[in-house]
Amino acid sequence: MPEYVEYWGIPHQWGSPSILVYSVMFLAAGILLVRFFLKARLWWKAGRSESRWDRIPTRIWYLIKYGIIQARVLRQSYPGVMHVAIAWSFFILFLGTALATIHSHFFRFLSGSVFSFYKLALDLATILFLVGAVLAIYRRYVTKPERLTYQPQFTWTLVLLVLIVLGGITTESLRLAVEQPVNAAWSPAGWLLARGFLATGASTEVLTNLHLYVWLVHLLIVATTILTLPVGSLFHVLTGPLNIFFAELERPTGTLPPTPTTADGAPIYVSKLNQLTWKQILNGDACTECGRCQDACPAHGAGYILNPKELILGIRSLMDRVKSGQAGYDLPLLDNPGLSQEALWACTTCGACITECPVLIEHIDTIVELRRDLVIEGSIDGELQDALTNLGRYGNSFGQSPRKRAQWTEGLEQPVKDATREKVEYLWYVGDYASYYPSLAELTRKTAAVFQKAGIDFGVMFKGENNAGNDVRRVGEEGLFEMLVEKNIKAMERCDYQAIVTTDPHTYNTLLNEYPFPEKRPILHYSELLAQLIEEGRIQFSNPLNFRVTYHDPCYLGRYNGIYEQPRKVIQATGCELVEMPRTRDRALCCGAGGGRIWMDEGNVKERASESRIREAAELDKVDYFIIACPKDYTMFQDAVKTTGFEESLKVLDLIDLVDKAI
Amino acid sequence: MTEIVVIARLVPDLVEELEIAPSGKALDRSWLRLIINEFDNHAIEQAIIIKERSGAKVTVISPDAEGVEDMLYSSAAKGADRLIKLTGLDEEKKPTNKSLAQSLAGLIKEINPDLILTGVQANDDLTGDLGPQVADLLDMPYVGYISGVSLEGSTAKALKEYPGGLLAEMEISLPAALGIQASEEPPRYVAISKVRQMMSTANIEEISAGELDTEGEFTIERMYLPEAAEKAEMLEGSEEEIAAQLTSVLEDLGLL
Amino acid sequence: MTQDIYVVIEHIQGKVSDISYIMTAAAKDLAQHEGGEVVGILLGSNVSHLKDNLALDRVILGEHPDLKDFSSDAWKRTLLAVFAEYSPRAVFFGNTTIGSDLSSSIAAHQDCPIINHCIKISDQGLVTSQICGGKIMTDSQLSEKTTLISMIPGGYKPEEGQGGPPRDVVEFPVPDLSDLKVKVAQYIEPDTSDVDISQEKVLVAVGRGIQTEDNIELAQELADLLGGTLCASRPVIDQGWLPTSRLVGKSGKSVKPDLYLSLGISGATEHLEGITGSKTIVAVNSDPDAPIFDVAKYGIEVDLFDLIDPLLEKIEAAKGG
Ligand SMILES: Cc1cc2nc3c(=O)[nH]c(=O)nc-3n(C[C@H](O)[C@H](O)[C@H](O)COP(=O)(O)OP(=O)(O)OC[C@H]3O[C@@H](n4cnc5c(N)ncnc54)[C@H](O)[C@@H]3O)c2cc1C
Ligand code: SF4
Ligand code: SF4
Repeated sequence: MPEYVEYWGIPHQWGSPSILVYSVMFLAAGILLVRFFLKARLWWKAGRSESRWDRIPTRIWYLIKYGIIQARVLRQSYPGVMHVAIAWSFFILFLGTALATIHSHFFRFLSGSVFSFYKLALDLATILFLVGAVLAIYRRYVTKPERLTYQPQFTWTLVLLVLIVLGGITTESLRLAVEQPVNAAWSPAGWLLARGFLATGASTEVLTNLHLYVWLVHLLIVATTILTLPVGSLFHVLTGPLNIFFAELERPTGTLPPTPTTADGAPIYVSKLNQLTWKQILNGDACTECGRCQDACPAHGAGYILNPKELILGIRSLMDRVKSGQAGYDLPLLDNPGLSQEALWACTTCGACITECPVLIEHIDTIVELRRDLVIEGSIDGELQDALTNLGRYGNSFGQSPRKRAQWTEGLEQPVKDATREKVEYLWYVGDYASYYPSLAELTRKTAAVFQKAGIDFGVMFKGENNAGNDVRRVGEEGLFEMLVEKNIKAMERCDYQAIVTTDPHTYNTLLNEYPFPEKRPILHYSELLAQLIEEGRIQFSNPLNFRVTYHDPCYLGRYNGIYEQPRKVIQATGCELVEMPRTRDRALCCGAGGGRIWMDEGNVKERASESRIREAAELDKVDYFIIACPKDYTMFQDAVKTTGFEESLKVLDLIDLVDKAI
Repeated sequence: MTEIVVIARLVPDLVEELEIAPSGKALDRSWLRLIINEFDNHAIEQAIIIKERSGAKVTVISPDAEGVEDMLYSSAAKGADRLIKLTGLDEEKKPTNKSLAQSLAGLIKEINPDLILTGVQANDDLTGDLGPQVADLLDMPYVGYISGVSLEGSTAKALKEYPGGLLAEMEISLPAALGIQASEEPPRYVAISKVRQMMSTANIEEISAGELDTEGEFTIERMYLPEAAEKAEMLEGSEEEIAAQLTSVLEDLGLL
Repeated sequence: MTQDIYVVIEHIQGKVSDISYIMTAAAKDLAQHEGGEVVGILLGSNVSHLKDNLALDRVILGEHPDLKDFSSDAWKRTLLAVFAEYSPRAVFFGNTTIGSDLSSSIAAHQDCPIINHCIKISDQGLVTSQICGGKIMTDSQLSEKTTLISMIPGGYKPEEGQGGPPRDVVEFPVPDLSDLKVKVAQYIEPDTSDVDISQEKVLVAVGRGIQTEDNIELAQELADLLGGTLCASRPVIDQGWLPTSRLVGKSGKSVKPDLYLSLGISGATEHLEGITGSKTIVAVNSDPDAPIFDVAKYGIEVDLFDLIDPLLEKIEAAKGG
């Protein structure tokens, strides 16, 4: 019966080879651990403390889901297959080595059919690895996507991995060639190679000697790989899972952390390396440089200097400077590669980077925290300053009188209730754009009319409403955000209502995730309300539309809050045929207006995100309507269809337009 | 240490509709929303710029009005050292600038500043501009429409705008009062949390304006809203006719 | 106190400013009600010829080398001496970068009232002022003391104050002007290397209605003829047909010309934001509902290409004639 043989073909005249192997491996692992510790120690030394030890079971589940199964990695097919082929095959090969060790020292079980299966599994893993490696080589040296980092360390890593696996299969096949065991066919790849060796007519002795040399080299390469792990691109094998394990679980993406404070309560505005938390610094070392965030980033795509990958790597390179003793922990963060004011302001806080990142890096928290410092220092562009000043003064970014907030209601057949005076079922939080933006007034009236037709009992707060502050907070003006929250909560407390509805996903997000309501009541996006009304039969369509349409998921509705189905249900209920864009649902491209971008100077832009989005929609077959579910989107895309010249062929419509037409 | 006094006032916010009081001779103040006079905001900024450049103690003085504390605290957040609120003013009636200037001059005399900065004008100043009046009462020279000041020994070098975009560099001997049109850099943004922090740390001194002298003033017979401007007047006719009409419009505007 | 109405004549770089004619026109109106004469005060150095075209009854001429440049100190000292000698019923100053340095300061010195932002003398002889950015009007009655009036343009055309030459010229002995506290160190001419559309008086603005890059030339021709500058809405800038420095609106510049002639611009909010400071907006657009007509003073609903040629002709004719 075939059985696993320890150190087959390795001469024992200097004692058992395991002494050699273990001493090399333990030495390598020991050095690795020390090096890792020296690096990791700095995260805690440099960074502010922050507890991430809660909910251990969830953290372990995350580790399995994102670290082992690699759910995020698999979001993209080519790089996904490539990476899991390499990673999973290594898991298996590693497990194989571990089992062999158990077999040798503790419990002999690798014999007979178990052993055959064992061999088969390892052999298949080898093939799997080779598939992954070929994909990787093709990608890195032939297709060369822009998002990758092209540095020698990646080549080294790939070479080392390939050599390890080739070394493994070669030793194995040499053994097979010499031994020609009965279960040789269970190692199909190895046996194939072995037959090659046999075909050369080399003697058993030659093959056995060759086996020894290859084995030694293999051993050394494994040791080298372990030793160089902390400096090469394989470091993510350690830091990635660590970062995943310590991911933020407490807050949803839609909730930003408040400004951190020192022990005696003074606010910390982050401008230096040591004002980041250890976790934010760990982000830098955990980044795999995969560039998924870069690819997804609308700001990067539009040609702005922001690149979320570079931003995170910027933190890493600052830490590298600290490690090499070139600088202290209080290094200023900005004016460094990847980290500049311009880059920070370009972020739309769309969340695409966060959604893509395989190791769960939290870019936006860092970006917003750095913005907070710029706001405190007054380093903001003139337009943003005007908007913030207006928001402070009038509660809206337009600098309009609060008394004019409900001016859009003029011309409605049925008056709108004042929720601050009368009891209503739904408190409609209208939001700045829908309230003040002249070309949206019509749409806002339409929304009111549809609500009225559906017999909804609703009201608005008239001058009592202020901007909800979602983007104020994301701009980094935390004090103003708090002030707006106070005012709005006070105004809402005066109202008697059952639920809040809003058309604005930004407002929706902050009300849902950030407002400290003393008493929780449902908060609905109008798409949710419409879907509900349609389901209950309170809205019925007598005029099916038969349009071919596509739908743009607003970031703060979709990615942030997972509302994907309701708007689609509404669209389909109106009789439209929905054609999805390639970037849809949580992959949807941001319109470019979020995170306060709509208030800022546009700067030099290659192609606006909104235009790229419109082009994407225009490429769909025979789609005439571009459906949106956010007032800001309406302004952004109305503009974009004009500037891209698709004004005639692609019409921008709001969800409510469809409902209104179909009723 | 150089002493700079900034006089900053709140003015009606033109974003809101303005209403006339039942008397027909004044603004209805119950409807008014007040905001900082934008030019005064620039004056504060200019004072802070001078302070940051060459050192100075900056005192901001404001006549009491609704919202004046916020304005003073936000000046403190920008870097003002001393905040004074001029109290005891009639809330229903805007004081004449002459009477206000007299009151301010008395107060400022005690501070004995090297430089007084204030906005070159305020949108509701019917009774002259405040800055020149204060300057005269303190026997200081006054220059207005300034867009940048630096102090060199006992002179202020200031950029003054002349009609037609011409600029002049003025030399003004100190002590002097300047009417600021624009600060060298646009007024900085102060984060709300900084203002809130000032509310708990900074101190606003309250000083009474005293009796105001309103003798010898002109009388306002009537205050009213101008006739509303309508939609565009459409020029009609054939293209030729329209071109002719437009040409005469341009002529009337003195453009040809 | 006499019943005479005085006007402090402003001039810059050897030319009488428009505001001086406007003040003269207003002074004539006021003099009719008060029953006095209109007297000009002309200060400067070698400026006596400037009086000739003003519709004044008399002129008080104060000439001195130190009055050449405008030093508020020198002018104030001289004016105080003039007022000590003559006792005007009212004095007009321009609400300008010159007049405003003097009027309120002299009012404080003389302890006499000053009425700001006068735009017109009403039919009843009241001083009509425009305050709060033009949102509020007031009619005021002169005080029994000498009253100073600070004048803004808009109520009179400069021609209404033209005439002359004045009947009488009195040379006034300029007081001691030593130790001036305010001096002009140097003049700085405006930078002309790059057009700053926010400073231009005449702007021709083109929007998407201009359709092609070649058509920009047409608009340029019109602008040249009007002595103005071309600017644009964003689509035109995006096409690269004009440099970004010519963008008007939210992402561009806010402008405040005397004439804003827009061709094929719809009047999106972001654009309108930048043009509210314009004195006269003329809008050409083929769409009668274009929002630009809500803010324009004159609207023209035609195809702009049909209009430009006849317009060029008419303007040329008007200029030539
Ligand atoms: C965040 C943001 C910032 C922006 N900032 C700015 C900004 O700073 N400045 C700016 O201008 N825009 C800005 N925009 C764009 C703005 O919303 C409008 O899209 C833009 O102003 C429209 O330009 P337009 O009027 O030239 O084009 P359109 O809106 O397409 O209007 C063209 C007009 O020309 C008329 N027309 C067509 N042919 C003719 C003809 N033959 N004769 C006469 N009329 C004709 C049409 O009736 C139409 O009214 C911004 C938009 C966003 C979202
Ligand atoms: S949030 Fe969006 S815009 Fe900001 S860095 Fe991430 S992907 Fe880019
Ligand atoms: S931050 Fe995340 S998504 Fe971006 S490059 Fe690094 S690992 Fe990839």
